[in-house]
Amino acid sequence: MDLITPEFGLVFWTLVTFFILLVILKKFAWKPILGAVSEREEGIKNALASAENARIEMENLQSDNERILKEARHEREVMLKEARELKNKIIDDAKEEAKRQSDKLVRQAQETILTEKKAAISDLRAEVAKVSISIAEKVIRGELSDADKQEKLVNSMLDDNSLN
Amino acid sequence: MGHSIAKIKRISIVFLLISFVGFVNESKATESEGEFSPKDMILHHVKDAYGMHIATLNFSNRDPLHITIPLPVIIYTDSGFTIFSSSLFDHDYHGHTIVEKGGLKLVNLHEKVYVLDQGSDSLELDAEGHPLNASRPIFDLSVTRNVLMMWVSIVLLLLIFLSSARSYKKSKKFVPSGLASFVEPLILFVRDEIGRPMIGDEKYKPYMPYLLTVFFFIWINNIFGLIPILNGANLSGNISFTFTLATVTFIITTLSGNKNYWKHIFWMPGLPVPMKLFLMPIEIIGMFVKPISLMIRLFANITAGHVIILALMSLIFVFKSVAIAPISIAFSLFITVIEIIVTAIQAYIFTILSALYFGMATEEEHH
Repeated sequence: MDLITPEFGLVFWTLVTFFILLVILKKFAWKPILGAVSEREEGIKNALASAENARIEMENLQSDNERILKEARHEREVMLKEARELKNKIIDDAKEEAKRQSDKLVRQAQETILTEKKAAISDLRAEVAKVSISIAEKVIRGELSDADKQEKLVNSMLDDNSLN
Repeated sequence: MGHSIAKIKRISIVFLLISFVGFVNESKATESEGEFSPKDMILHHVKDAYGMHIATLNFSNRDPLHITIPLPVIIYTDSGFTIFSSSLFDHDYHGHTIVEKGGLKLVNLHEKVYVLDQGSDSLELDAEGHPLNASRPIFDLSVTRNVLMMWVSIVLLLLIFLSSARSYKKSKKFVPSGLASFVEPLILFVRDEIGRPMIGDEKYKPYMPYLLTVFFFIWINNIFGLIPILNGANLSGNISFTFTLATVTFIITTLSGNKNYWKHIFWMPGLPVPMKLFLMPIEIIGMFVKPISLMIRLFANITAGHVIILALMSLIFVFKSVAIAPISIAFSLFITVIEIIVTAIQAYIFTILSALYFGMATEEEHH
């Protein structure tokens, strides 16, 4: 019976000791330890959440990058196309201009040649007229030196005129 | 509520099985001085004592040498407090040595101090061994060996947990190091396997200090009880100890009981009136049976373990043969290993049941 009868002394000391232990451990052990543990758990949770956020942001950035890259590529193509067109236009323009210039030069040259030619022809004509006149003079003078001949000439001329 | 009942059923089956591990019939050996009596020896080991007996040398000698740590005996009688060293009893617990202190004549009968009546000079016993001319003091607040071991255990607990709490402060990122990394899983076990599931995520926090303290307090004292040189520092196998802790659990349960809890005790909802009337006394008895079962379970399991080990060891002396020793030692080693597991299991059971009762007391209505 002794064995299963609570003793006042031991109950008293157990109660006192247990409460001292409870109070000290609660204040100086359980609170800091459980606090640290839950803070750490909170920290891990937050870290995981922010890692997830970072991953999503990263994905967004990546898709943004891709979009920008695509746009840039497109723009480059447009620019290249424009440049090519511009180049062709410039070349064409230059060709045309050159052609026009050369045509103009050729025409001027032709005109010059033509005027030169005309001048040369008129000069030649004048010279030929002069020479033919002097030849005619000489011929007439020779013809007219003999009376018969003069007569014959006059006759033929008259014949010609009378026919008219 | 149904959920909790299922929980209790599941747990109590396990506990019933555990509780049956080792109830031993009390040895019928008769008590006579000089002759070895296993019952006498075992009971003296299992019960409390005024001095902390470590060893006896020269056992066969007529005057053996006892090595005992003397402890203060503190008693309160009509004439006030009397304090003296337990060594004054001179290792006697048969009531032969009379200590005269402060006008009182005191004897130690089976590790209980008795005050001799006025005018008597020696203790007289009746046929059953009860004193005829002496009475117990009003209070006996002696620092017995169980009290001493309890204090050693709290010093150890404080050292372990305060130093691990400090190590958290030192490490900036709350990473456990050293002792804390050993202690933290245990604390988390109490929180995540006992507190949270039994009480509930919203309400478990205020109960954690009690659950943690009671778990480690019981566990370490269970372990202390197994250390041979501390010879039956059987604190957690002492009914006074388990009575105190069970009472604290009962008080906390009762104080945290909400409307729903009391309604389930006095007027069980969802039943016809005759059933309500029928259940009320059962529930009221149940309120008290729960802490009583806590008290008896821990006491019986730990004491039974001690009794088995001591009984196995007694076999050597009962048979008076060294040849028995290997068998005795092998068996008691086996039981000791089981007891090492039991130390943790019993601390766990006490804590989880306390948590379960708190959970039942704070459970909200969910119909």
